[in-house]
Formats: sequence, C-alpha cells, structure tokens
Amino acid sequence: MSKERITGAEAMMRSLEHQGVKTLFGYPGGSIMPTFDALYGHRDRLNHILVRHEQGAAHAAQGFARVSGEVGVCLVTSGPGATNTITGVADAMIDSTPIVVIAGQTPVSMLGTDAFQEVDLVGITQPITKWSYQIRRAEDVAWAVARAFYIAKSGRPGPVVLDFTKNAQTEMVDFEPMTLDFIRSYDPDPTIDEEKVKEAAELIDKAERPFVLVGQGVELGNAQEELRTFLEKADIPCGCTLLGLSAIPTAHPLNKGMLGMHGNLAPNVKTNECDVLIAVGMRFDDRVTGNLATYAKQAKIIHLDIDPSEFNKNVKVDIPVLGDCKKTLTKLIGSIKDNKHTEWIDSFAEHAQTEYARVIEKEVYPKEGPLNMGEVVRAVSEASNNEAILVTDVGQNQMMSARYFKYSKNRSIVTSGGLGTMGFGVPAAIGATFGRPDRTVCVFMGDGGLQMNLQELGTIMEQKAPVKMILMNNNYLGNVRQWQAMFFGRRYSFTPMLNPDYMKIAEAYEIPSRRVMKREELQDAIQEMLTTDGPFLLEACVIEEGNVMPMTPPGGTVNEMLLEC
Amino acid sequence: MEKTLYTLIVHSENIAGLLNQITAVFTRRQINIESLNVSASSIPGVHKYTITAWTDSETIEKVVKQIERKIDVLQAHYFTDDEIYQHEIALYKLSTPEFQSEPMASKTVRRHSARIVEVNPTFCIVEKNGMSEEITALYEELRTYNCVLQFVRSGRVAITTSCFERVNEYLDMRAEKYRRQKEEGHE
Repeated sequence: MSKERITGAEAMMRSLEHQGVKTLFGYPGGSIMPTFDALYGHRDRLNHILVRHEQGAAHAAQGFARVSGEVGVCLVTSGPGATNTITGVADAMIDSTPIVVIAGQTPVSMLGTDAFQEVDLVGITQPITKWSYQIRRAEDVAWAVARAFYIAKSGRPGPVVLDFTKNAQTEMVDFEPMTLDFIRSYDPDPTIDEEKVKEAAELIDKAERPFVLVGQGVELGNAQEELRTFLEKADIPCGCTLLGLSAIPTAHPLNKGMLGMHGNLAPNVKTNECDVLIAVGMRFDDRVTGNLATYAKQAKIIHLDIDPSEFNKNVKVDIPVLGDCKKTLTKLIGSIKDNKHTEWIDSFAEHAQTEYARVIEKEVYPKEGPLNMGEVVRAVSEASNNEAILVTDVGQNQMMSARYFKYSKNRSIVTSGGLGTMGFGVPAAIGATFGRPDRTVCVFMGDGGLQMNLQELGTIMEQKAPVKMILMNNNYLGNVRQWQAMFFGRRYSFTPMLNPDYMKIAEAYEIPSRRVMKREELQDAIQEMLTTDGPFLLEACVIEEGNVMPMTPPGGTVNEMLLEC
Repeated sequence: MEKTLYTLIVHSENIAGLLNQITAVFTRRQINIESLNVSASSIPGVHKYTITAWTDSETIEKVVKQIERKIDVLQAHYFTDDEIYQHEIALYKLSTPEFQSEPMASKTVRRHSARIVEVNPTFCIVEKNGMSEEITALYEELRTYNCVLQFVRSGRVAITTSCFERVNEYLDMRAEKYRRQKEEGHE
C-alpha cells in the first residue's frame, strides 16, 4: 500500500477504522480539537456518541465492550476531560474490560510546564491500565493504536490509555495503517502445560464432590460452550461469580446460582463441603471468598486462568492450569471421564429450598406491603422472556437484580464488580445499546446511583438510545443503610436522601416514564416500558428499608450465611 | 512470617516510565525497597533492574508475578543470597587530620581490602567493593575513629550463579512461538 501524507489526527481516524472501530464515545475540548476536526470528516464511518460527562464516555465504552466483545473507545480532551475518565479506566482494569481511552494532551513543547489543562495522564493511569502511552509524534500514531488494541483485547483484557499530544495531532506523517500481533515481552496466549491438564483431569475424575466456580473469564474467552460440555460430561454442579452469571444459563440444571456475599445459599455452603474446587476464569475476590482462613480449606483447588499472577494470590492453589480457558477446558474435556455425581448434586436442593422459603418467596412474591426490589427485578426479567441484557448500578439494586434476573444468553450482565462504581449503570446501558442494538437492555438502579450520572439522560435523549431504565427508589442509599442497620446500630449517617421528582426529570429529557407505587400496576407498567419504542424510565417506589439477604457478613465464613437480619 | 532479603532481577524493554510501574508494585504492598540499580543489560535494548527488599516468600512471589505482568517487562525472578553473586561499591569520605591522627585507621583500610583513591589536606576518599556486610563492617570500624565525613553505597548488583541465561532463552522461545503461530495461521 502506498503511503499518504496526512495529519496525525487523520492518521488516528484511519487507524481506528483499520481496527474495525465503528462507534466511539467522547466529548471534545481544546487539546483534542484537531482530532475532533478529523472526526468530522469521518462521521459517515465512525459513529461518535456525544456524552454529557467524560465519566459517562468511559462507562459507555465499558458497556459497549462487555456486551459486544469488541474494544470500547473513548475520545476526550486533556486535563479534566482525561481525569474524568479515570473511574471508568480503573473500573475496566479491575473488571478486565477492553477499552481504549484516547485523550488530548498539551503539545510536547509545553509538557511539564503546568500548561492549561495539562495533567500527567500516563503517570496517573499507569497503575490502573494494562498499558498507558504518550503519543508525541504523528509517526507513532499507527503503531500506538495497533499496539493499544492488541493489548486491550488480547490475553486478560483491560484498559489502555493513549495520551495524544496536540502537536502529534497536527503534524504531518506518511501514513500506512498497522496491525500488530506480537510483543516479545507479552504473551497473551500462554502455552498450555499438558502435565497440569493431566493432573487436573485425574483429580477431577477421582473427585466425589467436585464443584466449579464460573467467572467472567469464561465469557471473555468465549468458552461458554466448552464450560457447558465440561460440566455435563463430568456431571459437576457450578456456582457463578457476579460477572460470570450469564456464562451458563440460569435454568441449566447444573447451575446452582450466584456465589459471594449476597449470592445463593447452596453454592456458598457447598464451597465448604466440596472435595475438589475448580475455579474457571475467576480471581477469588473477597466478596466471593469471605474469610480466606475458612474458605474451602477441605478442598483441593484447581484454578484455570490466563493470568498467572492470579494463582495463589488469595487462595492457595493445588493445580494451576495456565492458559486461555477455551483451550484448557477443551483439553480437560478430552482428558476426563464421563461421570455421575447425582447424590452430591441433589444435596444442593435442601439449601435452595431453605433459601426459597426464608428469603426468596418473601422477596419475590410478597402478598402485601410495598413493592420489593426482588419482585420488580423478577417481573422485568420474565416480561422480557429472560432474554434481556441486565445492566446494574451498584448497591442493593445490583445485588437484587443479579440475584433475581434470569439469564438465558451469553454476555447478558454488565455490572461494576471489582470497583463497585455508583453511577455506572446509565452510561454503561447506553453503551450496551450500541454494542448490541439487537437486544433489549434493562438497567436497574437506585435513587443514589441514577443521580451520580443523571446528566447522561441527555445522551439518551439525543441518541434515542433504547435504554429501559428501572429506578428502584427507596429514598435511601440502601446498601449503606443496610450495613448501618446491621453493623452500626441503626445510626443512619447520611443515607436518607431527599429525591427530586423523577417524572419531571424524565419529561424534561423527553423520555417516556411511569411511576409505580402499587403491586397491581407493576405488570402493566413493565409492559408499557418494554413495548415503548426507545428509552423509558420506570420508577418503582419500593420498600424503604428493604434488605438484601442472604448475606455473608464481611470477613465471615461462606457456609455461615445470615438468612435474616 | 519470617522476612528474608530477596534480590529481584527484572529484565525489561528500555521504555520511559517503566521504573515507576515496577516500584509501584512495592509501594502498593508497603514494601520498602532496600536498594535499586538500573542499567543496560548485555542484550541490546534490554534493561536490567536489580532490586533488594526484605519480605516473606509468599509476598515476594506475588510481587514478582505482578511485575512480570507489566506489558514491557520481559522477565522477573527473585533470588536468595545463596543463588547469586552480588556486589556493592561504597565510598567513604574521611577527614584527613582525624584519619592521620589515628594510627590504626590506614591499617583498617588495608585490612578490609579497600583503597584510598584521593588524599588532600582536608579529606581523603576510600573506595571499597564487596558484599553488603563487608561494606558495613568497614564503615562501623571507621566510625569508631570519628573520621567519617560522608558515606555512600551503591545499590546491589547481582548475577545469577546458575548455568543458563533465562532472558536469552525466553527471547528465543518467544520468537519461535511467534514463527510457529504465523506458520499455523498461513496453513
């Protein structure tokens, strides 16, 4: 291909197109203006979504990436534009989400002088990115973009930041698009140790009470089918982490539910009863393990992960199996025997029944009183035929929706797991509607979280993004209030919240909306939401002091969950 | 858990900002770096970091893995003192009048195989190569003569005592794996 002489900004646009980018989320400003000027000429190929705050751009890129499996892209200016994306970058790092943030930067000649809107973005983002790089010359654009996308999406995915100096945007370069598929210091697809696979297979074959922990790695590695085959062949029950919930359908008989602090009772109890624990693409987060000193001490642990630094990080592993889990699971399937663990699997039922009788029935099918959060979630899930994408904010709404939504398709849950970012929901849901325009996107949030990125309703209005928003309003910062009730003697320190009239807010943004106070109206309102073309805000006024149960108190033991508080 | 002085040897691409990323791994875990030495390695374009830190065996393993996770780090390994040959250099600036008034002082310098590299009426400079403890031992002795004006020691430099060169092997392995991938891709 012959080289063409163009500006660095134009080279950026062409490089993005070369990477297959079609959608980006951004906000213009001084130091990124040459790039936005180049973008103007690419409007027909690059769909730029103008957000209302750069944090929204980062979360939208995350939502886009999580549902589509592609890299989410943000384009923002230097200084505050860049720092506003930081929460999203950190969130993407801890939740392994591939995004590329391109931020403007002062010209090289002014770097280090405290110039207007200058911030040391590379310095700030190094600890929270997979890679962070400053493009100082137009010649480096093609290489940096190729490297950024390769790093963001390969191996264990993660965020990349490109700090794009203004001079590099305006200077001329003989451009040729680049593809990069090799970095000698970085091996995203580690060679599988056959010996470890063999050891793991032997242990699995001998296990009497094996149990699988399903993490987001299964979705990231597109190994949902392999996981299912593996579970069925060896007849092993599984529990899912918050981010791994849709890696296997809720209705699958071997899926025993959600792990963790507010997960289901059976998988948590059985974690401390199994004899072999097989963790696939998960990182033993403290919200999953509770007290490490009492976590699965009776079990031999097999850990399948693509990131070697996860082995032995929190839990001592007996057999680490390094590699892409699509490949390691395939090898395991080939090495294990067909098996049956009927009695063991049946033993989960007792705990599921206990949980149903003492928690779920009351939460989802109450006979009287105000609306419950779980009730609202389950009704929305079923009305969408359990096929919608669930996006959540953070807090009680997140745990309730994760627990009571049902998943039938891959990549159906978008939530801020590791960082726990309030305000994540609305922008992530916007991104999800662009990542999977063919699917219904429902976002659940509380009155706290909605207001943390409320401005993105403007983006929804402008884009007519078909986000189905379910606000579960309890006039509290509910999760903190629950903890205050349980662990701080009901001293409700700054958790009650005076709310605005959300119907008026929706009206101002021209978003159809409806408020539901009564149980009898719920189904009708949900139908209205789902049949309305485009966005909708459904405000469910739910019980004020509702609690998420069961619960492993922080630092508690997984098999000693509280069922009541 | 019992703490040991570990020596980490890290090889990386020669890229600005990488030192920051490596030290940040220690900072996050509140581990003090005892000494740090960065220089070009024998492989063109590859930098070598020699870092010492007191910590326990579990922590050092996690630290090394997290360093190795950085995109531009080629390899990171940790060693105990019996697995490496290590050296430091130290300079001692001594007051010449005090030094000369103490008859044992110059004997001490010779006994420690150190050498005097500069003498003038005000001060003299003693240079010593050796193991950490030897350098400390000389310092402690000179201090008893009340003649030390300044004292500085370099970070530790170390080479492994095993027979194979891991970084070269790693680079060959990476190149070979990429070549095979390409071949498979073209089939």
